[in-house]
Amino acid sequence: MIELKQLTKRYGQGAKATEALSGLDLSIHKGEIFGVIGHSGAGKSTLIRCMNLLERPTSGEVWVGGVNLTGLSKQRLQNERRKIGMIFQHFNLLSSATVYDNIAFPLRLARKGKAEVEAKVNELIALVGLEDHRNKYPAQLSGGQKQRVGIARALASDPQVLLCDEATSALDPQTTDSILKLLLDINQRFNLTIVLITHEMHVIQSICDRVAVIHQGGIVEEGAVTDVFLKPQHPVTKDFVRGEQSQGEPLELAAQASGTGSAQAVKITFLGSKTYESILSRTVRETGADFAILQGTISTIKDTPYGQLIVRFEGGRDQIDATLAKLSEQGLDVEVMN
Amino acid sequence: MWGLDFSSVDWNEIGVATLDTLKMLGASAVFTFILGLPIGILLFMASRSTTGWVRAVYAVISFIVNILRSVPFIILIVALIPVTKAIVGVTFGVLGTIPPLVIAAAPFFARLVETSLREVDRGVIEAAHSMGASTWQVITRVLLPEARPGLLAGITITVVTLVSYTAMSGMVGGGGLGDLAIRYGYYRYETTVMIISVIFMIVLVQLLQMAGDRLVRHFTRK
Repeated sequence: MIELKQLTKRYGQGAKATEALSGLDLSIHKGEIFGVIGHSGAGKSTLIRCMNLLERPTSGEVWVGGVNLTGLSKQRLQNERRKIGMIFQHFNLLSSATVYDNIAFPLRLARKGKAEVEAKVNELIALVGLEDHRNKYPAQLSGGQKQRVGIARALASDPQVLLCDEATSALDPQTTDSILKLLLDINQRFNLTIVLITHEMHVIQSICDRVAVIHQGGIVEEGAVTDVFLKPQHPVTKDFVRGEQSQGEPLELAAQASGTGSAQAVKITFLGSKTYESILSRTVRETGADFAILQGTISTIKDTPYGQLIVRFEGGRDQIDATLAKLSEQGLDVEVMN
Repeated sequence: MWGLDFSSVDWNEIGVATLDTLKMLGASAVFTFILGLPIGILLFMASRSTTGWVRAVYAVISFIVNILRSVPFIILIVALIPVTKAIVGVTFGVLGTIPPLVIAAAPFFARLVETSLREVDRGVIEAAHSMGASTWQVITRVLLPEARPGLLAGITITVVTLVSYTAMSGMVGGGGLGDLAIRYGYYRYETTVMIISVIFMIVLVQLLQMAGDRLVRHFTRK
């Protein structure tokens, strides 16, 4: 759906030039929710703004829906942009227009007839749940309601892609969740491709299918959210994941055996339906090892349940080894910790 | 009262002068708006551009605007006599005053337009671009509606400024209340007529400012 090829964006010239994106390649599939996460200044905002050429890349190509945007005339680009919806951190609504007129705005730009505009706007107002606010001005709305107007406006021209530029960063946690739910709903209902950039792992974990981690103008890690989230490779990714789980490292003392015999700390990762099975208790009953949970998370990534436990096994060396082997056999990911 | 003698006042003359002032004001305000608005939009659009020749156009227009704004109006009227003659055929009276009024006020108004357009949230302009708006659509559907309160305030300021300009044009026989005040008060020491004229102008300015403020408030959505 979206292909970025060797995208480079440089600001300034000569010695003072800074490179926001350096030869970045990215491929986003139709119908998925793709997240780009990065710290501020990593280039994520430039990246998403390049996808509809609000920011023109210094070199490289931007393909959306099989069209190379970088090669288009101004007129053709304006037409292509109508197929790409965008929502913003600060909503960017017309303060002089009502909710209704804001949503109607892209339709009027495209010179649609009055009846068509009215039908479409009413449908969208219902979709985002703002039936009671149609004649209000943005200043009279809450942040969440403003973003709902933004979403409805972005959907008005039936886009193929929705770009979300830090769409929830200005919202409180509850409102963020309700907006994310709305985005997920839209994605499933219309099979709309959604690209979002954020600095919050929570956003990625809630609704994204795939994620790319951007750092210093390049993608350092990319893949299914479950893979990236549970098995982060790059230090930046590990940072984000740790931030979300908000846990410190387990105390070193805790890894020591409480009684006699050996002890071994292990990180066990459950994924999918296995998360809710009693695999751990069954296994230790068979092998005779004991365990203590030092740290743990059981949650979901989008709709996939997962669990990640740091567990200390105790008992004889062979009992512990047998336990680890059995856990691996049953499809759990077992990582021995030092 | 206060040593003023109202019996000798020619109210008919004051009525004519008031009407002349209103005529000058109305006509010059309309033309100032027609001329100043596009110049202001042009200044704003050109100031945002990164293209070399557009920046050059901006520099030139900006320079001309600054020149016209720095020349004292009274000098401008005299300097513009040939231009006025070419445009309206006469250089005195109500008609002869309108071209210099417009030429003096339009650059002033253009700057106010430019400033109020700058107040429009850049994000909103960007959002319009992201929705495929053309430059013309950005101007007519985003910039002007969003800047409406600022533009209305700018029009009010400009019209009030025009009131004092019309008074100055009295110096060169422009007609109107200012002319009356100068002829009676300054040349003939007949302070009564002068004071009445000035009071009329004060009332006029007050009314204009109140109307302007009310419009601004009506269209402010923030």
